[in-house]
Amino acid sequence: MSLHALSQPADKQRIVVVGNGMVGHHFVEQFTENDNYQLTVLSAEPRLAYDRVHLSEYFTGKTADDLALTTPEQYQKLGVDFHLDAKVVEIDKSAKTVRTAQGQIFAYDKLVLATGSYPFVPPIPGKEREHCLVYRTIDDLKQIQASANQGKVGVVVGGGLLGLEAANALKELGLDTHVVEFAPQLMGVQLDQLGGQLLRKKIEDLGVSVHTEKATQQIVDGEQCVHRMEFADGSYLETDLILFSAGIRPYDNLAREFELTIGERGGIVVNNQCQTSDEHIYAIGECALWNNFIFGLVAPGYAMAKVAAGHIQGETESFTGADMSTKLKLMGVEVGSIGDAHAKTAGAQCFTYQNDRDVIYKKIVVSQDGKNLLGAVLVGDTSEYDTLLQYALNGIELPENPDSLILPSSNEKPSLGVDALPDSATICSCLNVTKGDIVGAVDAGATDIASVKAVTKASTGCGGCAALLKNVAEHEFAKRGLEVKKDICSHFAYSRTELFHIIKAEKIRNFDTLLEKHGQGMGCEICKPAVGSILASIWNDYILKSDHLPLQDTNDIYLGNMQKDGTYSIVPRMPGGEVTPDKLIAIGEIAKEYNLYTKVTGGQRIDLFGARVDQLPDIWEKLIAAGMETGHAYGKSLRTVKSCVGSTWCRYGVQDSMSMAIFLENRYKGLRTPHKVKFAVSGCTRECAEAQSKDIGVIATENGWNLYVSGNGGMKPRHADLFATDLDDATLVKYIDRYLMFYVRMADRLQRTSVWLESLEGGLEYMQKVVIDDHLGINDELEKQMSAVVDSYQCEWKTTINSPEQLKRFRQFVNSDKTDTSIQFVNEREQIRPATITEKAASGLLIDTVTITDKSDELTPA
Amino acid sequence: MSNSKAWQTICQTQDLVKHSGVCALLENEEQIAIFQTDDQQAFSISNWDPAGKANVLYRGIIGDENGEIFVASPLYKERFSLQTGKCLDDEQLAVTSYQTRIINDNVQVLI
Ligand code: SRM
Ligand SMILES: Cc1cc2nc3c(=O)[nH]c(=O)nc-3n(C[C@H](O)[C@H](O)[C@H](O)COP(=O)(O)OP(=O)(O)OC[C@H]3O[C@@H](n4cnc5c(N)ncnc54)[C@H](O)[C@@H]3O)c2cc1C
Ligand code: SF4
Ligand code: FES
Repeated sequence: MSLHALSQPADKQRIVVVGNGMVGHHFVEQFTENDNYQLTVLSAEPRLAYDRVHLSEYFTGKTADDLALTTPEQYQKLGVDFHLDAKVVEIDKSAKTVRTAQGQIFAYDKLVLATGSYPFVPPIPGKEREHCLVYRTIDDLKQIQASANQGKVGVVVGGGLLGLEAANALKELGLDTHVVEFAPQLMGVQLDQLGGQLLRKKIEDLGVSVHTEKATQQIVDGEQCVHRMEFADGSYLETDLILFSAGIRPYDNLAREFELTIGERGGIVVNNQCQTSDEHIYAIGECALWNNFIFGLVAPGYAMAKVAAGHIQGETESFTGADMSTKLKLMGVEVGSIGDAHAKTAGAQCFTYQNDRDVIYKKIVVSQDGKNLLGAVLVGDTSEYDTLLQYALNGIELPENPDSLILPSSNEKPSLGVDALPDSATICSCLNVTKGDIVGAVDAGATDIASVKAVTKASTGCGGCAALLKNVAEHEFAKRGLEVKKDICSHFAYSRTELFHIIKAEKIRNFDTLLEKHGQGMGCEICKPAVGSILASIWNDYILKSDHLPLQDTNDIYLGNMQKDGTYSIVPRMPGGEVTPDKLIAIGEIAKEYNLYTKVTGGQRIDLFGARVDQLPDIWEKLIAAGMETGHAYGKSLRTVKSCVGSTWCRYGVQDSMSMAIFLENRYKGLRTPHKVKFAVSGCTRECAEAQSKDIGVIATENGWNLYVSGNGGMKPRHADLFATDLDDATLVKYIDRYLMFYVRMADRLQRTSVWLESLEGGLEYMQKVVIDDHLGINDELEKQMSAVVDSYQCEWKTTINSPEQLKRFRQFVNSDKTDTSIQFVNEREQIRPATITEKAASGLLIDTVTITDKSDELTPA
Repeated sequence: MSNSKAWQTICQTQDLVKHSGVCALLENEEQIAIFQTDDQQAFSISNWDPAGKANVLYRGIIGDENGEIFVASPLYKERFSLQTGKCLDDEQLAVTSYQTRIINDNVQVLI
């Protein structure tokens, strides 16, 4: 046993924080600039704080590191003494020490309990069985993943907010998913009966079965599955995995055992300063009971952390409760709840709007005098949430006909301009940032959203306020005449998106005209390829036309991929990975003739490596004669459409994925894009083509195609988002046309669709509005643009080998017919590979690295 | 050494590619990259990329920064001044630069 923290300098106050969840961590952050305190953090989990709010993203590819809110290095830098796997089991209030399960003792001047809560598991016989789990920590999620891999069916017990989030996760993990709820409706806390009904319908449409008014009596061995859940009404349900999400209970065991006051139904009682019944002990976050209420959200916890930290440091702010309004998206269904959703306030009046065709339900609850908004319920469409919330929180007087706020077609729909918000309006409730704070940050010199975020911390919690924050900040920028700088390089004071619009609007056809009218200098390796790509996307000229040639990256200039030794690789297009034996033989013969290293690529086609620049035209002439065309492996353009064999051969296939893949590849080949674009098409849900890691992923269903967008493999993999379901062929192609052209218009240079979507204000939802609902009214134009590109396709290699002027450029030397002898190969596994520097030296062919000589003095102006 | 230097005609202007580069072989088997920036202006540097360790510089993109004209290597994008041969991104690196002129459609390099 050791007594920690006693050796600290006596003048420092010792603060011990028990629990390093979101709130405990937020508390620690309040001390970053104060040297008068020594903080010790004791965490029962094996890792430092992470973002529990976004926990579910662990299943969509985020790692524990991605979710982390801090790192050991950061804590060390802050001088925070921290201990992991250190569960506190004892508080000695008179000695002012705590003890961990390992027996370590820590002395404190102030103790902060931030122990959070744990999932409540109802006392059902059988609840301890294997594959009966909860949803709270990263370790829980690891177990769920492992269990899901072994099963087919999953049940979530509890149809509240968290339960539905868990159900979504099970569905994403590929399980046949059920939700079992004791009450008659889903999300009973936030929604009224009609809202709950609608939500249920929407969720069932997505293939999740909902069972309400079911009380589970016991869990026993199943016949088809691992478990059978037996319900009080005599019915039963078989499943392989059970997730309990039946509410949370505060971790108040320490308070209970060591005699701090706790509430009747649990929770550590705190006052407005977050002090417990012992003035040296504070409780914050989900373990704390304030005004007989436990807040199950992160924002109130953060507010408590601030109040407690302030109180310790001598400030006098108090905690005065928090707003529990929520907006979220459950399995793609938008749900919002504000304030008094159940209209419990005396005299409250309700206005509702219900639309069965589009499955939308909206209700507002208005005060008796009709002046104030008390609450709201939104299901299926939450576009009015931000405005309604501001009305409710700031007591802004309602218009005469409050229902105009939720009616879809009312022309005079009063939209609450950000100017109308008082400075006290809360913009970010997680971090408690007001409009005044944002105005202050802009006054203090912030000139872009990123710095406003950095200064105010707004939008760094749940992220739900991002759109509002952007609105408010940009409004302030505009008021001060500030422009947001996104210049592409020193030659153009424009972003790529702006250049796109300029080129299109002014019908500019070449770089020189653009530079003359809107730029300066000669251009560079950044703006030239970017402009080259924009010109190609809009006009689709032959990219090696003399105007355009100097703009292209080297790979495009020689229509091949440069390898480390200056040779090129050659990739003929092979749509969907399909290749006839004759073509395969032709490729083999050509590779043999030119002694090219041959390999199957990760994109389902064949790559021939080691061609010298002067050999490229000959090789292509032969490939074209054999019926092949360029594969654009060199371009920022469509690469491959990977495919599985699909319903024509595979016994599970439900659609002809091969034909679709080949169609799509032929449609979009040659389209120049801000970065490369990859597709895949799978013939059924087994997903052998890995479509969910592609920019555009298409997966066959019984009824058509599911479209996924903005997936990415590569350096930072991103799971694609489900964009639309059960599309017929024509709609699928229409959506892809629009999506791609919108990407071509809007994205930054070298921004894959994944990064683009992540950076797009409004995200997937906004994208769906644009592409599916024609929110911007540009779909006609996008489709026209795409068909212009499709109609003007040419095989660049075919054009090139038919142009004597172009062929001249493929000579190695302008003054000699010799070949480049610095290119050397050696044999390995019966094929060539580039010789290493040492091997070249051995053969006497190494070119010495050039010595550094300053020739500037010899320069004469030409 | 510098006394023995002389202007050699390497090729004709129509062999050049405007706003881009071509490659020529010197008698000592060294390769040079020749870039045409304007009707009457061309620059030459050694074709060997000391960072990428391959003979590729003539296939890079040319541009300017604060009036200094450069080529960005097609391999790893290091920029080399066409006037001095110095690398703008890494002080340790440089390539040989050659004085170049265009006289009556003859492209001449001082070697
Ligand atoms: C040849 C190939 C590897 C192989 O031997 O199989 C390959 C080779 C190169 N890849 Fe790749 N990638 C190849 C499939 C992939 C795949 C797999 C796929 O497409 O299904 C991926 C992950 C999927 C994805 O992109 O999301 C992939 C992710 C990358 C990345 C990372 C992109 C990212 O968003 O993080 C780069 C770097 C970049 O583009 O900036 C890259 C860059 C490259 C470059 C261009 C690197 C370079 O500058 O030289 C290589 C070109 C060599 C050449 O001569 O073709 N390659 N590369 C594959 C060609 C496929 C084809 O038929 O066209
Ligand atoms: C899947 C999921 C989704 C959610 N989504 C949202 C959302 O969208 N919006 C929202 O506002 N909120 C959401 N929440 C709730 C939010 O995560 C919590 O309100 C918040 O994490 C509470 O923070 P906390 O620090 O009080 O508790 P926690 O984050 O639970 O942290 C408490 C920590 O203390 C540790 N601990 C407990 N006892 C001891 C002990 N004796 N000794 C040492 N350590 C101990 C625990 O192991 C834990 O690490 C979600 C929660 C989950 C699980
Ligand atoms: S993974 Fe790296 S080494 Fe392999 S092909 Fe792709 S870029 Fe080249
Ligand atoms: S409201 Fe959650 S981050 Fe701003």
